Amino acid sequence: MTFRQLLAVPAAATLLTVPLFDSPALAQEGSQQYFPGLQYRSGPYAPSGIPFANGYADYLAMLNARDGGINGVTIHYEECDTAYNNDRGVECYERLKDAGPSEPAIWSPLSTGITYALIPRVTQDEAPMLSMGYGRADASDGRVFPWIFTAPITYWAGADAMIQYIQQEEGGSLEGKKIALVYHDSAYGREPIATLERLAEEEGYELSLFPVAPPGLEQKATWLQVARQLRPDWTLMWGWGVMNSTAVQEAAAVGYPMDRFIGIWWSGTEPDVRPSGDAGVGYKSLNFHATGTDFPAIQDILSHLYDEGEGYGEREGVGEVNYNRGVLNAALAVEAVRTAQAEFGERPLTGKEVRWGMENLHISAERWEELGLGEFAGAVDLSCEDHEGGGSAYVQSWNGTAWEPASDWIQPRNDELRPAYETSAAQYAEEQGIELRDCSQEL
Amino acid sequence: MNTRVLTWLVAVPAVVIGLGLLFQLLSLVEPSLYFTWAYYLEVLIGGTLQGVMYSLVALGFVLIFKASSVFNFAQGSMVLFAALTMVGMIEWGLHWTLAFLITAGVMVVLALVIERVVLRPLVNQPHIILFMATIGIFYFLDGLGQTLWGSDVKQLDIGIPRTPIFILESVFEGGILVNQFDIVAAAIGGILVLVLAIFFQKTRIGRALRAVADDHQAALSVGIPLKTIWAIVWSVAGFVALVTGVIWGSKLGVQFTLALIALKALPVLILGGLTSIPGAIVGGLIIGAGEQVAEVFLSTFIGSAIQDWFAYVLAMLFLLVRPQGLFGEKIIERV
Amino acid sequence: MLYREAGQFKSDYVSDQAIFPILQDRIGVILIFLFALLVVPFIASNYMLSSILVPFLVFSIAAIGLNILTGYCGQVSLGTGGFMACGAFFTFKLTTAMPELNILLVFLLAGFGTALVGIAFGLPSLRIKGFYLAIATLAAQFFLIWMFTQNPWWTNHSAAGVITAPPRALFGDFYITGIRATPLNKYIFLLCFTALLALVAKNLVRSALGRAWMAIRDMDIAAEIIGIRPLAAKLSAFAVSSFFIGISGAVWAFMYTASVEALAFEVTRSFQVLFMIIIGGLGSILGSFLGAAFIVLLPIMLSNLPAMVGLRLPVDLVAHLEFMIFGALIVFFLIVEPHGLARLWQIGKEKLRRWPFPY
Repeated sequence: MTFRQLLAVPAAATLLTVPLFDSPALAQEGSQQYFPGLQYRSGPYAPSGIPFANGYADYLAMLNARDGGINGVTIHYEECDTAYNNDRGVECYERLKDAGPSEPAIWSPLSTGITYALIPRVTQDEAPMLSMGYGRADASDGRVFPWIFTAPITYWAGADAMIQYIQQEEGGSLEGKKIALVYHDSAYGREPIATLERLAEEEGYELSLFPVAPPGLEQKATWLQVARQLRPDWTLMWGWGVMNSTAVQEAAAVGYPMDRFIGIWWSGTEPDVRPSGDAGVGYKSLNFHATGTDFPAIQDILSHLYDEGEGYGEREGVGEVNYNRGVLNAALAVEAVRTAQAEFGERPLTGKEVRWGMENLHISAERWEELGLGEFAGAVDLSCEDHEGGGSAYVQSWNGTAWEPASDWIQPRNDELRPAYETSAAQYAEEQGIELRDCSQEL
Repeated sequence: MNTRVLTWLVAVPAVVIGLGLLFQLLSLVEPSLYFTWAYYLEVLIGGTLQGVMYSLVALGFVLIFKASSVFNFAQGSMVLFAALTMVGMIEWGLHWTLAFLITAGVMVVLALVIERVVLRPLVNQPHIILFMATIGIFYFLDGLGQTLWGSDVKQLDIGIPRTPIFILESVFEGGILVNQFDIVAAAIGGILVLVLAIFFQKTRIGRALRAVADDHQAALSVGIPLKTIWAIVWSVAGFVALVTGVIWGSKLGVQFTLALIALKALPVLILGGLTSIPGAIVGGLIIGAGEQVAEVFLSTFIGSAIQDWFAYVLAMLFLLVRPQGLFGEKIIERV
Repeated sequence: MLYREAGQFKSDYVSDQAIFPILQDRIGVILIFLFALLVVPFIASNYMLSSILVPFLVFSIAAIGLNILTGYCGQVSLGTGGFMACGAFFTFKLTTAMPELNILLVFLLAGFGTALVGIAFGLPSLRIKGFYLAIATLAAQFFLIWMFTQNPWWTNHSAAGVITAPPRALFGDFYITGIRATPLNKYIFLLCFTALLALVAKNLVRSALGRAWMAIRDMDIAAEIIGIRPLAAKLSAFAVSSFFIGISGAVWAFMYTASVEALAFEVTRSFQVLFMIIIGGLGSILGSFLGAAFIVLLPIMLSNLPAMVGLRLPVDLVAHLEFMIFGALIVFFLIVEPHGLARLWQIGKEKLRRWPFPY
């Protein structure tokens, strides 16, 4: 076969397939709101990224199918695969930025690294970004980070909630207790250290740090140190992807008690505990939304999409932790758009208008109920200064087949966290030469 | 040979005890360093068992390098691909033994295809070109495996027990903790090496393989079919990848990151010598034990999470003394 | 017809040893540079500038650097990512400690710093060779990344260990890093900078030093016998190579992604650059550019292709197919032309010379 023939074969194949797969969605006219999706369905973290992407896409598709979009404005959703890779994420951002029928509503890269890389870019492009439970915790200060939102909760608040939970379990005082932190040695994993160190001084516990080199396949020595040498009262974990399942298994292998082992919300999903089989029973993690399919909105996803065979993923995946997290992210984004529509009119909105929607987003328990997501997540109250909204979290534990709640909602101590956000944000503002936004001048 | 074995028999315990004493001394100077002999042995044993797992990956590299001078970076993705295929078969409802056999067949086919499509056209090219080609294969297999079987974490359970047990409880207070899984894995690794040794020493094909490894042209001139031999070597490496994949996969779950364990095998390779099967084994044990001991006892002094580079630095130090690795063939250069 | 050197006589050594001895080449290179400088900014979109051209230029610098070490001096290195990280973090420390220092100077200083690190990690090359050396350089890769992740000093105690490029202007209001830098500014600066560095590299490899490197590459024992000191030759190759790679790491962190953590320079980055020089052509500056273009553009093209022809494939399938095609194409190219794209260009030149009457 000559070189030319080699070229001809794929070319012919492409020509044949084009008409078959051409989607009507592209040709559709009318007012459309553009939702870009920086997802990852490939790469080392795909097991976590796929259900999230499915939940995000399904919720948006369900709104299109059930309500015809948001107040009659249909949702146009485009995905780009970042593979959890920072430079791919940046490339995807640049590609998707102008690829839709309207300005992008809001970005959610689901990666702390990509969030960091996009902060200067969205600031320059005036596009809002919601880093839900990841990214920079100090971006909760809306005066320094006008375009970044951290609702409903940050890592620092998560660390605070964990310590509060341990306090409850220990009956009040943590004086003289030993707490270990096993963390992914990256930007993400180091986020809680400052908060935990501050709390250690206040509460009197002893904090030991155990970094794990990414991707985290190697944790034997770490767990020997934790379980055989230090023998802490509690172990916290900031892990991600394969590190989680490895940690659960290595902890079990050295006989560390699972019910004294708490992961952050990214360490509390099904793929993290399933590979360890029975060894993971009793393992705990923090979460900021409910799991399962027992919500009208999620039932609507099942009936409008999966019954029609149009769901993005497998039916069994609906209701898993990461899937519901995708739903929550989509729901927050959609509600921001809805809020902004009430102010600016029922039409496709610009990034700046959606930001206004985010900053005026108030979702009470009743509002969640109306959305068909009653008790799905805590109340959200955002403002120009406060981009986190004082969310709460709860501890869940793995029973071998599903996650079940192990505590009530815990409210992080925001009066202590807020000054920490502001100090850290001020340092960033100084480094970058950013002038603080005057929130009294905003709409 | 016998003196060599004897040297090892003396040197290994000497180094182990020497290091132990050193750490004990250090723990007196630096109170934050925790040291007891039981704990030291526990780390050492855990590390050594871990080392067997590295040896398994390294073995695949050595087999191919010995026979065809190809540094096969794709070994890691072959591990992943084999494990994914096997899990996929099990999900179809096959028993794991059957799935194992079929996957072994798939790996042989894969080896034949690689030999025909990639290696044969690249005969006589510089090493680095062949090395790059195997990185190409690495990418291709990664993509193929995920296209066929998806990217979810899959559980692979062939019934290896995982509970920790305590040994030597009479000697040390509290005993030494060892995980059953590691022991079983080490045993499987040992059996595999034994089988390979017999295959290489006692069979006709094994003799041909050794002839090719010694000298390609001489082997060719006495009538050994080089292409067949290469196909066989790649098949055997594929089989080793399958065993590795089963063990690592049932330990960590079968997923994309498995392909990265190739990186753990590289220091083992240069430490043991690229051309030596015993080197791969011994190198694995040294690296496994060394890096765990370093991580546990040295991290007080130089910082945590040092495993990744420590293995390489350890290997490099050995190389400065013996540039061809512990068991590698002496490199003779002529102008 | 157009590409014919007949009639171009060289009457002195200077013209015989010119970088582009053929007039058409000279004109061509100048035209390409002017086109890139004067026309591209007006026709390229921001996406094109910031996601394709900027990374292409950044990687070109890295590829030139590695090509000096591997292509010209024959020392295979897998530590590129680590050296890039050095450049990035040195730049960050320097420019935050001394904000008034011109950013261009900072880049160069970071390059010199990286060169020192390169010499240190090049020392084992005096004893270890071939694949053993390649793997030993991974020690540099992993150690350097570990050092930058573990010591908060390198990131000015940023809680997350991420460095973000502060705004710095080359002169006046011409910002090339930070929030105020436009993609156009970055592109123009990088274009000139890369062209300058390429010129330096090209002249270096034509000098006595470059000839010493090539002698070492071809046979180090023989080179030693004819009076080349391996110590000086190898270490200088490591130093020069690390200088370029350090600069590319600095501009990667400051001008491409604008914020970076040490993990961005992990071992896959080293492989990526090694790919570039092998696909492009070992021992060729032009090849470094071609290889960088190939490796940067190919994945982007592959992932954009289905959308461009109107296929609506699921993104995960696209990503997986991209992996497969990428791998297959690399093998394909190695089989078709193991000496790289630069060699293809040379063959093309031979053909052009005779075109349109080949016989």
